[in-house]
Amino acid sequence: MTRKAIKKDETMVFWRDPLDSDDIHVTRGVVHIIEERCKGCGYCIAYCPRKVLERSKDFNSNGYHPPTVKSEECLDCCYCQLLCPEFAIFTVEAT
Amino acid sequence: MKATAAKPLPHPMEDLIRMDRIPHIWCSGCGTGSVFMACLSAIKESGIPYNEFSMVSGIGCSGRGAGYINVDSFHTTHGRAIPFATGIKMAKPDLNVIVFSGDGDLFAIGGNHFIHAARRNMDITVICVNNLIYGMTGGQVAATTPHKAKSSTTAAGNPETPFNLPLLAYASGATFVARWTMLHSRDIADAVQMALNNKGFSFIEVLSPCPINYGRRNKEKALETLRLYHDNTIIKSNADLSELDIDFKRGVVLGNFINKEKPSHDEQYSKIYHAEAG
Repeated sequence: MTRKAIKKDETMVFWRDPLDSDDIHVTRGVVHIIEERCKGCGYCIAYCPRKVLERSKDFNSNGYHPPTVKSEECLDCCYCQLLCPEFAIFTVEAT
Repeated sequence: MKATAAKPLPHPMEDLIRMDRIPHIWCSGCGTGSVFMACLSAIKESGIPYNEFSMVSGIGCSGRGAGYINVDSFHTTHGRAIPFATGIKMAKPDLNVIVFSGDGDLFAIGGNHFIHAARRNMDITVICVNNLIYGMTGGQVAATTPHKAKSSTTAAGNPETPFNLPLLAYASGATFVARWTMLHSRDIADAVQMALNNKGFSFIEVLSPCPINYGRRNKEKALETLRLYHDNTIIKSNADLSELDIDFKRGVVLGNFINKEKPSHDEQYSKIYHAEAG
């Protein structure tokens, strides 16, 4: 599924470095996936704002492909946690 | 991640979910779980103790919500979620009563209960998961199925006009009216918190995909329905309520439309009947 609206502004490009960019604290998150609960709807993969997730090649015991983490770009926005209908994914702030 | 697989953490909402009933019955791609999750996060963020909540559901897929939440809850007969909620509110006016149910339950079988609870301005919060069809019973045409949409009982297209639910709620006397889709999780959570703070009848309609019984017959996969929610919706909180028909070609209007103050049923009732006692 290609999503042109999200792909367009996937990475934000600045025309110069903001003056306070050193002071800004960017939150980082760690994604936790409870694979056995996943029913493979793909909402988290399609709607992660940083495109952190991808469909796994492995099955869980119900035969669904759970998501896996493909990059370390998670910003701890918790949107996957809010969107997941199965309570199968959540993020915690990276320490 | 391999490190987390070795030592799994509990899900942050596990204190609000009856974990012995998970996995739930909702199909892969159904949006009811997402709406339920947004509602749970609103309950958690409100800071109100969990024993001051009560959830009531009717029959249907989304009617299962009351069975999965770990607060006092009530799974009622078909269409009668609002009368049971009215009874709970009259007996215990301090409880925050949330009705979590579907469009068929609230507007077809329980349509009269809805308009009369709104007319009385009962202080309850009604969350309607609108999947545009009777999902659990096999995809029959509902009071909210769009014109020309296919269902198991209208195989060539629905000849009828659906309800405009926010207009119906407002015309009946609701004091908080909102509509969102299941994709707008944070907006749903904010709307639920506003509804909990509102003293009066609050109605939140949430559009949600039914990929099995609506999507399959109308050639819409769950992620395609979500793309419609993403691309063909307009957020306009001061919209004219008579223009809120669900038409994705023209654009579906979302927002928190009405938030006004009116004396609730409890206040009026206790003013007249408990005046000497209080």
